[in-house]
Amino acid sequence: MSILITPETKIMVQGITGAFGGKHAQLSLDYGTQVVAGVTPGKGGLFFEHGAHKVPIFNSVHEAAAATGATVSVIFVPPPFAGDAILECVDAGLDLAVCITEGIPIKDMIRVKRAMQGSKTRLIGPNCPGLVTPGTGEGSKGGCRIGIAPGYIHKKGHVGIVSRSGTLTYEAVFQITSKGLGQSTSVGIGGDPVNGTSHLDVIKIFNADPDTKGIILIGEIGGSAEVEAARWIKANCKKPVAGFIAGATAPAGRRMGHAGAIVGGVEDTAAAKIAVFKECGIEVATTPTDMADALLRAAKAKGVDLA
Amino acid sequence: MNIHEYQAKALFEKFGVPVPKGVAAKSPAEFESALAQLPDAPVVVKSQIHAGGRGKGTFTDGFKGGVKFAKTKADAFDYANKMFNNTLVTIQTGPAGRKVQTIYFTHASDIKKEYYLAILLDRASSKPVIVASTEGGVDIETVAHDTPEKIFKIFVDPAYGIADFQVRELVFKLGFNTAEGKNAAKLIRNLYAMFWETDAAMVEVNPLITTPDDKVLALDAKVSFDSNALFRHPEIVALRDLNEEDPKEIEASKYELAYIALDGNIACLVNGAGLAMSTMDIIKHFGGNPANFLDVGGGASKDKVVAAFKIILGDTNVKGIFVNIFGGIMDCNVIAEGIVEAVKEVGLKLPLVVRLEGNNVAAGKATLAKSGLAVVSGDTMADAAQKIVKLVA
Repeated sequence: MSILITPETKIMVQGITGAFGGKHAQLSLDYGTQVVAGVTPGKGGLFFEHGAHKVPIFNSVHEAAAATGATVSVIFVPPPFAGDAILECVDAGLDLAVCITEGIPIKDMIRVKRAMQGSKTRLIGPNCPGLVTPGTGEGSKGGCRIGIAPGYIHKKGHVGIVSRSGTLTYEAVFQITSKGLGQSTSVGIGGDPVNGTSHLDVIKIFNADPDTKGIILIGEIGGSAEVEAARWIKANCKKPVAGFIAGATAPAGRRMGHAGAIVGGVEDTAAAKIAVFKECGIEVATTPTDMADALLRAAKAKGVDLA
Repeated sequence: MNIHEYQAKALFEKFGVPVPKGVAAKSPAEFESALAQLPDAPVVVKSQIHAGGRGKGTFTDGFKGGVKFAKTKADAFDYANKMFNNTLVTIQTGPAGRKVQTIYFTHASDIKKEYYLAILLDRASSKPVIVASTEGGVDIETVAHDTPEKIFKIFVDPAYGIADFQVRELVFKLGFNTAEGKNAAKLIRNLYAMFWETDAAMVEVNPLITTPDDKVLALDAKVSFDSNALFRHPEIVALRDLNEEDPKEIEASKYELAYIALDGNIACLVNGAGLAMSTMDIIKHFGGNPANFLDVGGGASKDKVVAAFKIILGDTNVKGIFVNIFGGIMDCNVIAEGIVEAVKEVGLKLPLVVRLEGNNVAAGKATLAKSGLAVVSGDTMADAAQKIVKLVA
């Protein structure tokens, strides 16, 4: 089992005819992911061809969903139009919209999030690497890769990973795989201050997933999402959890690459979040190299076998 | 993106937020005509830099106070001359301080009471929040910590906008009299309109004041904008002051590199913001000091790596370099080739530790080995960090 997506999930790619969207559509097809449709307004009726694959392109998300049964969309649309692309997924009633786009104005996301209230669509991102449920083939092929993560570093297994940062997610995935363990699903929720799915949302789903035996929670400075997740874990989660927070040395008031990675006060510093992690029984990784080991320590303490 | 107080106040006026009469001067030749445009003294003389704590700051020549109250226009003229082209050090500038290149003269208002007013994003609710307090002119974090009951908040529904009842409630809580309340309500609405329409990230008025004739004025103004939204606000981009930015950061932005200068001596070159932040952290963890944050991004080309190398080597404090790459999709060999080319172009006299992992890592390591450069290889991030810290010690 896995969370949110399975190897059978049918996905569409909004912005499949762009260089970035096209490249990652190819990589997902190579991974064995069911990429069944592309959406580029004005290019409906054409095809996205890659090797033996011939993916039909549609003018709208509605048309793509109706014709192919796709339930998930991955968005590679430029920032000024990305908010609109998310709302199109909501209107088409998709289960999941995964927005990779970096640089969407915060005001656009505030409005999009408000407009999504009460809808059935879940948004992951924006400014995120997407999510991967590994398959059983060589290099975890045959899985579902949505977004821009490297598929080959994954391995099918029982560790759930949730993170605001792309490269730190890959570090954690790689460490887990190097130890001979694997992932149920790895989820990058994105580095923006306003996003669709929080750490806590993903933690709740991992907690309810019988196939996820341990969780790595990766956060950074700015906001209080990690603290909220940690407090819930303390009260509700019996599974071993390891945590890491990036940005201990970041100067206050500066935006560290991610729009959301900015220290505003004493409570959203790395030190404050790490203190809450410890208080909530989360095993803290002292450096990024220590993430998998921290989870193994947490699992050992709880007598849980992660294999 | 940040702007100066005088620019923020011009925006305030455009949106109907009252401010004391003020005139900015960009050279001593303009001081006299600027002062002539103000009503009679007293005058407040304000250094314009993008940092707080100006009033309590000290100039590098020993002159005290980046904001001065002048009883006469002659005094104001004198203060302005002392501040101009002088370097002001405040708690927010760091020891190097900032050179003052604009002076803002404002009419000194009669103050009945000081308040605090700000608008920003509340991340937990994903809504704009208006924060106000009866305690103005002081550090708001201290007020929030010591007397949280004196801080009031309105969460604005982005679908409806700010509601009348919310403004009324806030005005009552702040204890304004009827005439002040009417003026304050109008000011709050207009300030919110400015925040929303200009894609501001934060607007802070500290203090907001009432005057003996019941006027409500923004005595200070601090405004920053969402960089992601600048593409639709050329009028805001025009307010950017490059003098306030680190030249290395300006150079980096030309290559779409996310770079932030710090005060350590180990330069970092990393892909991904989270990894770049934790690279700084791990250097510190093992007893070193990072010289910068630098994210070359997921799709870095050879040219980008070369540009990044030149920028980090432009920092004379740098005593060693740590390249930390997790090539997910990115080809490690592209990074390796970039490093070799950059070193050939700029010459390398400093220790260089490279940790490569991920896609095509074997080819990347081979490229570095073949190059004959004195590159120290690190297996893990921790291993590499320990090596570079030792090499610069």
